[in-house]
Amino acid sequence: MARIEAEVGKPKGGFMKWIDDRFPFTSTMKYHATEYYASKNFNFWYVFGVLAMVVLVIQLVTGIFLTMNYKPSADEAFASVEYIMRDVEWGWLIRYMHSTGASFFFIVVYLHMFRAMLYGSYKKPRELIWIIGMLIFFVLMAEAFAGYLLPWGQMSYWGAQVIISLFGAIPGIGDAIVEFIRGDYSISDITLNRFFALHVIALPLALIGLVFVHIVALHEVGSNNPDGIEIKEHKGPDGVPLDGVAFHPYHTSKDLVAIIIFLMVFSSVVFFAPEMGGYFLEHANFEPANLRATPEHIAPVWYFTPFYAILRAVPDKLWGFILFGLSVLLPAALPWLDRSRVKSIRYRGWMYRTALALFVVSFLGLGWLGTQPADGAYVIAARIFSVVYFAFFLLMPYYTAVDKTRPVPDRVVYHG
Amino acid sequence: MSTNTCRPFILAALAIAGTAFGAGDVALEKAAIDPGNVNSLQRGAANFMNYCSGCHSAKYVRYKTIGKYLSLSEEQLIDNLMFNAEKTFETINAAMPEADAERWFGKAPPDLSLVGRAKGADYVYSFLKGFYVDANSPTGVNNHVLQHTSMPHVLWQLQGYQQAVYTEHSEEDAEGRAVTTQHFEGFEPVTEGSLDAEDYDLFVRDTTNFLAYIAEPIRSDRRKLGVWVLIYLFVFLIIARMLKKQLWKDVT
Amino acid sequence: MSDEDMDRIDRNRRHFLTVATAVTGLAGAGLVAIPFLSSLKPSARAQALGAPVEVPIDSLAPGEMVRVLWRGKLVFILRRTDDMLSRLGENDSNLRDPNSDVAEQQPDYCANETRSVRPAYLVVEGACTHLGCAPLEDFELRPADNWNGGFFCPCHGSKFDLAGRVFKGVPAPTNLRIPPYRFVRDDLILIGQDTGAA
Repeated sequence: MARIEAEVGKPKGGFMKWIDDRFPFTSTMKYHATEYYASKNFNFWYVFGVLAMVVLVIQLVTGIFLTMNYKPSADEAFASVEYIMRDVEWGWLIRYMHSTGASFFFIVVYLHMFRAMLYGSYKKPRELIWIIGMLIFFVLMAEAFAGYLLPWGQMSYWGAQVIISLFGAIPGIGDAIVEFIRGDYSISDITLNRFFALHVIALPLALIGLVFVHIVALHEVGSNNPDGIEIKEHKGPDGVPLDGVAFHPYHTSKDLVAIIIFLMVFSSVVFFAPEMGGYFLEHANFEPANLRATPEHIAPVWYFTPFYAILRAVPDKLWGFILFGLSVLLPAALPWLDRSRVKSIRYRGWMYRTALALFVVSFLGLGWLGTQPADGAYVIAARIFSVVYFAFFLLMPYYTAVDKTRPVPDRVVYHG
Repeated sequence: MSTNTCRPFILAALAIAGTAFGAGDVALEKAAIDPGNVNSLQRGAANFMNYCSGCHSAKYVRYKTIGKYLSLSEEQLIDNLMFNAEKTFETINAAMPEADAERWFGKAPPDLSLVGRAKGADYVYSFLKGFYVDANSPTGVNNHVLQHTSMPHVLWQLQGYQQAVYTEHSEEDAEGRAVTTQHFEGFEPVTEGSLDAEDYDLFVRDTTNFLAYIAEPIRSDRRKLGVWVLIYLFVFLIIARMLKKQLWKDVT
Repeated sequence: MSDEDMDRIDRNRRHFLTVATAVTGLAGAGLVAIPFLSSLKPSARAQALGAPVEVPIDSLAPGEMVRVLWRGKLVFILRRTDDMLSRLGENDSNLRDPNSDVAEQQPDYCANETRSVRPAYLVVEGACTHLGCAPLEDFELRPADNWNGGFFCPCHGSKFDLAGRVFKGVPAPTNLRIPPYRFVRDDLILIGQDTGAA
């Protein structure tokens, strides 16, 4: 059956020509959509990139509308959130979409990163895509952290207090840095005001810029696939990779299905469980910040808990901070830690498979432990998982080099 | 949110209450409220206005909102519920000025708009049932759920007074010293109130139901809308999936 | 069936499904837009703050005017003298809408000669119908200029008579708007509500 030529690919006269003489519209559409070829054997794990884009759009749109009614001042912030929830028509929906979106952003991004680890997407020639992706992740963490202060609830306040105080561990200049971040002697109206600026302007701008660069870099080298094979090495007489299909309409139609399924999950949370049992919206945050009483048990929102558990597992303030920082930064080194000849887990040996499985267990384990009180057996468990977490990265140059890999086929595996 | 999912949180909330005791271990009684029961909510609203709103505000809640959901007309609202306000669009304010409250109780009684969400229905229910006689307390009562609360037992005429019953357990610690621990067994009545135990439970349950409702007035709306959203997405999914299958016939 | 037939059927089905997907998706996007746009409407608080305003008029002497705010909008309450009222009809030929025919500019019960509920009291929004500036009062009689007293907009020179009716040849297109109002008592006006429950 003949391939159907997509609408945008047709030669245009008149108006489109007028545009194209002045702006590279048709050629851009071709380059990034109708003639961008990605492997036809993408599986489940390949939808999270586009889902991250969907969440980004949800956060931007709902965020703009929240900003119209939110007041970034210590006196009014909490009340303005309740004002949005009760007095603004449909405000509750917009707010729940934003708070649910924050958690889903991390779910989607973690799965997106895990995909790269499954199929070696960070390996040559895609190291820069991975580095940019890690930068996106760092900015996203800062964005989420700044945003979490804004409702000015008990958890907002004391969570920020704890995380900002972390920087106090830096020898010599720690206290000065903490004061510099807060802009006051404690977290105050001033801190809230600057976090608001960072959350609604500075960090989203950085995020959008980095996402753009991430995609430009991706489209330069081309997408990886579950077999870890470079599809550009086998091109047909027309110069089109034999195993590739056009991003539009093939991958877009597939992505649309994934987006709808995602929206069903997302809506289920928004409409039926916006608090998600206290994980997406923490119950203590329904009380306004009280500077005189710290909650006995402070846990950051779930998406920070793996790193937080590492921090708490170390019985030393400075080393806790260093290992916490390293645990966040280390994944950026993956392209150089991984010495394997093959990319995809499909052709790797038992060592990497075991290591990755242990890594997943330790990451999830740390995440759960981070929500629990830090005492007794929990601390021991957190220490064991922390060791596994770091061993996964630090021993990687060794076990990926000696691991027995299987031969990689020439062409991707696809069962139409 | 079901009362079950509140549990882990309530423990945390108790901790927040800043009690010196291990209050996190207090077992809470299930409130067993029925958010769909409008009669219960109406009674709860009346209870709240009669017994709570003298000292406690619910400053994010407008009378109008309540009236709509509880199927009360403007006249019914004004005649039966609005003791501290004239207009239905006003929010629920306490009759007592905050400065006076702070002088009398040491701290202003907290706003109750969100207590049903911050602490959970079981907490509110157990708290309102948890007052017991304590001679050492300035108010003459203590609370099993929130030790050293500065709130007096405002419902004593309804419930009467009760005392807490403890059993003592003697154990030897690792070094052979005798250690006595007190174990809470329950309450027993000291004086009778105007309501019997069953009616008082109902009174507290209705009040709790109302507090849970005002914590998130749009709760039932969002659930109803959610069903329609999911139906729409499901239809969209079927169509989009057919299109995807059709297009991917090209790929061999 | 030949390959060509297959191709044609596929194309029809494909076209149908593409359109169906696009229509469903756009319908969904349209529905999603509703809550976002609705959130821009006046909120419950704005509605509460925009509630009717009671204005006592017991101390308002004939010829005096007070300015009050209703929903943040300026409202003039002028107690007209008998002399002012008697001269109202004199300038009808110079007015654009002497009979208050433009229905949106006043409630039905004010579409009369004095544009008021009780002839003496003019209750009118102090917003020029040109671009919203607040007109100034000018109650001086200047028969030479055909001026029996009225309002004058400092921004672009629109002129209105003592019933808020616009003169011909000025930028303002219609008469000043009369808000809904009623007399609660002889000495108390409620602006923002005409009839119905309190």
